[in-house]
Amino acid sequence: MSSVLYDVPGPKARRISLIGSVIGSLLILGLLAWIIMVLAQQGIFESRRWQIFTRTDVWRLLGNGLGATLSAAALSAVIAFPLGLALCLLRIADSPIIRIPVRVVLEFLRGMPVVLMMLFVLLGFGTSPFIAVVTGLVLYNAAVFAEIIRAGIQSLPKGQREAGLAIGLTSYRSRMLIELPQAIRRMMPSLVAQMVVLLKDTSLGYIVAYGELLRAVQVMADFLGNAYLFPVFFVAAAIYIAINIAVSRLAVWIERRGSKKAAGGTAKAEPATVEAGAP
Amino acid sequence: MDVIIENLPLYWEGFLRTLFLSAVSGVIALVLGTLLAAARVSPVAALRGFSMVYVEVLRNTPLTIAFFFAAIVLPRLGVKFEQFEIAAIIALSTYTAAFIAEAVRSGVNSVPVGQAEAARSIGMGFGQVLSLIILPQALRTVIPPLINILIALVKNSSVAGAFFVLELFGYGRQLANANGDAVITVLLGTAFFYLLLTVPLGILASTVERKVAIAR
Amino acid sequence: MKAFLTRRKSFVVAATAALALSLSACGGGDAGGTNPSPVEKPTFAAGTTMEKLSSAGTIKIGTKFDQPLFGQVGLDGKPVGFDVEIGKLIAAKLGISADKIEWSETVSANREPFIEQGKVDLVIATYTINDKRKQVVSFAGPYYEAGQALMVNKDNDTIKKPEDVKGKKVCSVTGSTPAATIVDKYGAELVPAATYSACLEPLRNKQVEAVTTDNVILAGFVDKEPDAFKLASDETFTKEPYGIGLKKDDTQFRNWINDQLESFQEDGSYKKAWEATAGSVIKTAPDLPTIDRY
Repeated sequence: MSSVLYDVPGPKARRISLIGSVIGSLLILGLLAWIIMVLAQQGIFESRRWQIFTRTDVWRLLGNGLGATLSAAALSAVIAFPLGLALCLLRIADSPIIRIPVRVVLEFLRGMPVVLMMLFVLLGFGTSPFIAVVTGLVLYNAAVFAEIIRAGIQSLPKGQREAGLAIGLTSYRSRMLIELPQAIRRMMPSLVAQMVVLLKDTSLGYIVAYGELLRAVQVMADFLGNAYLFPVFFVAAAIYIAINIAVSRLAVWIERRGSKKAAGGTAKAEPATVEAGAP
Repeated sequence: MDVIIENLPLYWEGFLRTLFLSAVSGVIALVLGTLLAAARVSPVAALRGFSMVYVEVLRNTPLTIAFFFAAIVLPRLGVKFEQFEIAAIIALSTYTAAFIAEAVRSGVNSVPVGQAEAARSIGMGFGQVLSLIILPQALRTVIPPLINILIALVKNSSVAGAFFVLELFGYGRQLANANGDAVITVLLGTAFFYLLLTVPLGILASTVERKVAIAR
Repeated sequence: MKAFLTRRKSFVVAATAALALSLSACGGGDAGGTNPSPVEKPTFAAGTTMEKLSSAGTIKIGTKFDQPLFGQVGLDGKPVGFDVEIGKLIAAKLGISADKIEWSETVSANREPFIEQGKVDLVIATYTINDKRKQVVSFAGPYYEAGQALMVNKDNDTIKKPEDVKGKKVCSVTGSTPAATIVDKYGAELVPAATYSACLEPLRNKQVEAVTTDNVILAGFVDKEPDAFKLASDETFTKEPYGIGLKKDDTQFRNWINDQLESFQEDGSYKKAWEATAGSVIKTAPDLPTIDRY
């Protein structure tokens, strides 16, 4: 990205920047090396501790945990997205009788910690941990999706809706046919970021004893003994980061493919306005 | 209902702890996040790279794992702290900073190109362009999403309850265990105190949003 | 837009398929514990809970999955421990074999609601009998009496008794009974954790002075790392009678379980259950405490 924020650096600036970069990189590498050394001194990288990963039952447990994480996340996303869409349409409805109560509900859902909602569903309605986790995630993320899509619709030029109404579309059809498709495309980065948040939030299922990845790791560390705490947590962190980065990348790829096809009609894509996602 | 009234002091203590964690982490995350966003658009390649890696890794890590590193791995490295609040603040602020950096960066991108070009044409350097021209405009448009991130931060602080800090959610669980006959009421009480923090923030966000929209 | 949605759908389908694969990979062997043989065709009076469970041929029991020695899930996903053994013994008396028991995890917060809503038939989960809980559920037992104790670092000689932790940092599980006791009675500063095992790192790093919970759980940790930790004293400072939670006012079921517990003591299966689990750490098997037939 050759930026508009600064002039193209001259030879001197480039040299300074290069030297700075090298020193900075060395410092960071040095810090990492020091961390690894200190941890190694405490025996955390002893092969004995990592040998558990040669056992199939360890991987099976991790696999089950991962399966539980992905199934809860997938189901929640599949329900939360259309629900968020519907809530968004109600939230910007013309009639205040619909708009205002929906706004109150959204405010409430956004303001409650997800852990609390999960616990509440589990205890209040006597559901299984899986249902509690999914419900908690759906309620919260639907509210966030609704907000993101709303922000997308509001960032559209007014003319879009006016033109829709002018050619005789009803308010609802203008939203569905003209505004939503543009808003969703525009907010894709935020929506994907929120999907990743949703995936990560499955780890809050520990509160209702849902056996997702992190819980599986915790249980495993408890069972095997504290010596294995660090190895299993490092592996879990690596799995999470890999999956989440893969999801983000996949979304970027899908978006690129989509926008190439759509590029014919639209003008040059504007940069995404603002992100409304919430961690 | 009696359970809530009887235990109001405990709720209040938890509420204050949650408020403290959120406020301190929020301020640190705002500063750190803005610096990261500035690094991301800076001319120095290493800074851009560092900022990108930081944001990518932290955004894709579950908060629980961030807490694990702050509360359990750091002490192993010799970073000892008397108060576990410090670990919680480290985890919450480094995690939240990644989200703030992304929001601020998209705000920077939303400022019309002409602004930066005009600033440069009158001889401003990168630091001046960013701090005097771009950021003031960018921050205004990203205030609503920033507040949303802060709302999430308030709620995320509940994870600290599992990592050695007794905050609102921790008190809620303690009360739930002590009052097996009124678990639901206890949880409703906890929810109320969270909403006391998050709903005003949400209303603030939409008010600011409306103001900014008018000013545009 | 349409094309985009279908693509998303196919992604989800693929993800679900991958998931089904990974789920079907589970199953597994057996890890430790005894296998009491079920009674052949026991008879019970019509309309009792015993009769219902016995003819259904299955029972749902809630236990902890993270409590060493009592209820802890192994690498094969099945819980093992003393609580689990007691559950198997009771099931056997109903004519239900160990593999027909549906174990579900109960955490501290959901034990009462799970019983009230009939999610589980019994809760055997290091569940201390107390009066507040008696208002919503009934308790058979106690089948074991634990007591709260303190665990410290091996080189710590300043903490011997609970009075010594006044104003000091003590780690325990958020919302647990031992946590409440050490704060309310002995004035310690609580450092809450998600599980007891999570307390070990702060103790090792000397960020807390002690860890407190029931003696049997601490004994399990000391057993695993005798060079790092020790119990502050062998004496306990509370009595934690572990009961078996069941639906409130199901007095017939409660009395029946109490009778069975006494029979386990007589025929030695109680001792055997102990030796197969917690006995690996606490050598002397306890006697069954006096049953609380309220």
